[in-house]
Amino acid sequence: MTFPSFFPGATPVVRLIEAFHRLPGIGPKTAQRLAYYLIRTSPEEARALAEAILAVKERIRFCSICQNMTEADPCALCSDASRDRSTLCVVEEPLDALALERTRYFRGLYHVLHGAISPLNNVGPEDLKVAELLERLRGGQVREVVLATNPNLEGEATAMYIHRLVAPLGVRVTRLARGLPTGGDLEYADEVTLTRALEGRQEMR
Amino acid sequence: MTRPKTSKTEAVILRQVPSGEADALLVLFTPERGKVRAMARGVRRPSSKLGGHLEPLDRATLLLAQGQNLDVVAQAHLLHSNLGLRGSLEALACGWYLADLVDAFTPDEAPNPALYDLLVEALGWLEESPQPALLLRWFELQLLGLTGYRPEVYHCVACRQPLASQDHAFSLPDGGVVCPGCRSGKEASAPLSLTALKVLRYLLDNAYPEARRLRWEAPLSQEVEGFLAQYIRYILEREVRSAAFLHRLDSWRRQGVAPATP
Repeated sequence: MTFPSFFPGATPVVRLIEAFHRLPGIGPKTAQRLAYYLIRTSPEEARALAEAILAVKERIRFCSICQNMTEADPCALCSDASRDRSTLCVVEEPLDALALERTRYFRGLYHVLHGAISPLNNVGPEDLKVAELLERLRGGQVREVVLATNPNLEGEATAMYIHRLVAPLGVRVTRLARGLPTGGDLEYADEVTLTRALEGRQEMR
Repeated sequence: MTRPKTSKTEAVILRQVPSGEADALLVLFTPERGKVRAMARGVRRPSSKLGGHLEPLDRATLLLAQGQNLDVVAQAHLLHSNLGLRGSLEALACGWYLADLVDAFTPDEAPNPALYDLLVEALGWLEESPQPALLLRWFELQLLGLTGYRPEVYHCVACRQPLASQDHAFSLPDGGVVCPGCRSGKEASAPLSLTALKVLRYLLDNAYPEARRLRWEAPLSQEVEGFLAQYIRYILEREVRSAAFLHRLDSWRRQGVAPATP
């Protein structure tokens, strides 16, 4: 989409609006609002934003071990000696690893696939970091792979696919439990979730 | 301000495309309206009330509210879940392929209730089918029939004469078999053996409970599969995306083991 230059001689504004509009989830109106906000903001704030964007592009890369986003390679988690190297948690996106990390419960390492198998959206297994995962497992240090792909159809397919590849290597493969979300309402739960919740019921302790 | 118009419909979810923070664009196939696109807000949050009811290959009753550009899913209730397919990667890949074909062969907002019934029926068979390959071929042929591409397998498309009992060729542009006499000068024709022709007739003319009785060996099933893939590719002018994943699993199965590389 191109924006008419309603302000002749204000091409930088149009350029900025167009740049925002290209971002995911940002429509034309939001793009305009963001641009006008930045015009009114202090030069320091604008510079900080510009520098943050540049820093991300210049300094962030993917860890050669876990494929997560990092500034140093290998990443802080992969080089942390206190982490449990025998357990590997496989996630779809870097943000999933972050979410799991917030629990402070998991002490192992991660592997980021950068997506899930979704043939209808043109993502096949070859587009994921699966080869890198198998390579890591051949090192022999890992005893358990926790499949933490999303509990949707694509995530399940990805988990089954990886399970099939990993099982012959003699590594234990587990899957995150699926069931009712905390704060959820039973009456709104779908059959699949309820079935999984029943399957995974546990002794009260 | 006018109250948004709502409509209740049954639908099979063909596809979900993530959109925005936690929304998803759904491609639905409904009996009354054909293929419909609708937005499901917040559906990717774990606590979403809609989430588990709107997975691809699920069948659900939906309340759709007319939005500015797209309908918005207001309520959803699961009628039949994809649980039966989730247990097996092959079944899932086949289910994806069925949904992909329906998506590829239908324009938006064009009702085709018979095709809807076919999809629902085929997804049901898939949960119990010991022969997914046969089911897929049957589905492909039935779908071609219901979308106006039924291959002509009884008469020559050029001279209209009944076909003799012999190997033939299939003219892709004409969508039917050409007899040896008319073949010369026909561009883009695919060879078709007499047995394969008989299989096509049998699968076209029979409901699945009959069609599934067919027993066939690898060279014949591969010929029919290859032929249909070629015909479908010719009609769509592109590859069917989910077929590649299906083929990968198929080659694993033929080798008998999961390979050491992905």
